Amino acid sequence: MATKVPINDPMIDPRTGEYAVIAPGHNFKSVTQKIAGLVLTANTPLGWFFGMIVAGGVASLVLVALTWLFLKGTGIWGVTMPGAWGFAIINFVWWIGIGHAGTLISAILLLFKQTWRNSINRFAEAMTIFAVVCAGMFPLIHVGRPWVSYWLFPYPNTMNVWPNWRSPLAWDVFAVSTYATISVVFWYIGMIPDFGTLRDRAQLPFAKYFYGILSLGWRGSTRHWIRYETASLLLAGLSTPLVLSVHTVISFDFAVAALAGWHTTIFPPYFVAGAVYSGFAMVLTLAIPIRKFYHVEDLVTLRHLDNMAKVMLATGSIVAYGYGMEVFMAWYSASHWEFFMMWNRMFGPMWWGYWLLILTNIAIPLTTLWSRKLRVNVGYLFILSFIVNIGMWFERFVIVVTSLYREYLPSSWGTYKATKWDYMTFIGTWGLFTFLFLLFVRFLPMIPMSEIRMMLPQTKITRGGPTADTTSEEMT
Amino acid sequence: MPRREGIYGLLAEFNTPSELVFATEQARAAGYRRMECYTPYPVEEAAEALHFHKNRVPLLCLLGGLMGVTTAFLMETWISVWAYPLNIAGRPLFSWPAFIIPAYEWTILFSGLSAGFGMIALNGLPQLYHPLFNSPNFRNGATTDKFFLCLEAVDPKFSPTETRAFLERFHAVSVVEVDH
Repeated sequence: MATKVPINDPMIDPRTGEYAVIAPGHNFKSVTQKIAGLVLTANTPLGWFFGMIVAGGVASLVLVALTWLFLKGTGIWGVTMPGAWGFAIINFVWWIGIGHAGTLISAILLLFKQTWRNSINRFAEAMTIFAVVCAGMFPLIHVGRPWVSYWLFPYPNTMNVWPNWRSPLAWDVFAVSTYATISVVFWYIGMIPDFGTLRDRAQLPFAKYFYGILSLGWRGSTRHWIRYETASLLLAGLSTPLVLSVHTVISFDFAVAALAGWHTTIFPPYFVAGAVYSGFAMVLTLAIPIRKFYHVEDLVTLRHLDNMAKVMLATGSIVAYGYGMEVFMAWYSASHWEFFMMWNRMFGPMWWGYWLLILTNIAIPLTTLWSRKLRVNVGYLFILSFIVNIGMWFERFVIVVTSLYREYLPSSWGTYKATKWDYMTFIGTWGLFTFLFLLFVRFLPMIPMSEIRMMLPQTKITRGGPTADTTSEEMT
Repeated sequence: MPRREGIYGLLAEFNTPSELVFATEQARAAGYRRMECYTPYPVEEAAEALHFHKNRVPLLCLLGGLMGVTTAFLMETWISVWAYPLNIAGRPLFSWPAFIIPAYEWTILFSGLSAGFGMIALNGLPQLYHPLFNSPNFRNGATTDKFFLCLEAVDPKFSPTETRAFLERFHAVSVVEVDH
């Protein structure tokens, strides 16, 4: 397909016709100064304080809602029979799905040697961790007595009670806790060399101590680097099956139940694809303002946005296939209950949820993302990322609510209506997520410096000693 | 502590990875063994020049994974069959297919932690003090944009004057003596 791009655009690599991953003209020192400067600067942008105030204010909604919840119990939520699972599960699945793109970027794209990911993997990993923080909160507060939520873990206790290992909810505990732990370890290990850089460049004594301790005394020794690279690759290799298993296990929470609309084998792949879809949308939501406000358009380039939009197109298509297959199976299974469930989703009292989902998840993104012009249109992608995340939230809403509120026995049919406490908790987690993310961009290196250095042309080794080397002067 | 006295080694600074790799290869050929390169990003060619191949991180990772899968599976079996047998719709107490899932997660958890913390331990980190940090040009460059080769004083071939003369042949930006 012929694409019309300005020929003299310096961001376009003349050999491939693609947007460059890093703008030309950078060297080891300039990328280091640029990224370390964002953290070590004494002039915190005013917008950052403004963002912290807004995000902190929104996050305080969670505190209010949780205080009331702990005083009164889960009865303040809209959950009731037959809709015993409500916002808490929807939000849990939504947030953890968002987190999956971070792992996908840091692990799967590393294994596939997609070096363009180096610019965005750090904040995508941070996004994962903060999304898991928000996600992990919901099952804990939904257990009713969160102060004894450690009962979920198998530990010797005076009650002589142990978990039931045939229950998907026990699997969930293991999947999500492993995911949180491995994500934090991967994220921290990735930052160790950058902490070394910050330690060496910091001016304030406190910053020197702070980053010095976090860097563990990293000094860039070659033997260390080789072990470090091995450990990173191994962690990537382990995170890849992990991320696929986490959302698979979450889909088992539904698929193992004998309920029409939940009891289906397509759930694991379809949940994973949906997770990656919403996660990439969230990376775009975060990357677009960051590259603008922190002026890192030369490191997070249009190439990144274009590639992420392509991943969204692919995973969105898998999700669309999943929706299609659900409808097909409702008919092909010849099961009365399955058929009714699908009819109820589409034309029942909550029909708007289903069609909103189709509109925001399928109709808008999957028709427009084919156009390269729109894939590199920053404003459009920013809006689209919100649309997709709304769509993915409605996907979980449709799965959870419309399957439950009209199940087998018509005499027990009911409805589901969220209360203001549900909304406060959910909106509050957006504030919590943003708050944590703002702390991250201020105090931690949001773009991995050592990995950006590896993408520069100066890394090329010329054999044969100093005579063969003519670039040493221009590089300093 | 006598080992802590005197000089740690001679530190040569280079502007490019190519110069570093060349100097390292030459030093190895000249018979130096106790040496190390310091770079702001991983340079695999430098590791080759140092003949560094033994890397035990994968072994630790494998052992961790085996430990994780065994621990989780035996724990689930013991709990479900002996410690707290539950009759769930008449299914067998030893319902191993269901046990695979937590065992799988713990395989990843243990092997990931072994790889990560094993790497840190094998590297001898955390080590907040190192003689090289005494050299101001090292802290300016090793984590930013410079490439260093350190020939250590413990090497039998090391001599403060001859080694310095040897390193100066490679057009290093500087060759400095590093104290303990």
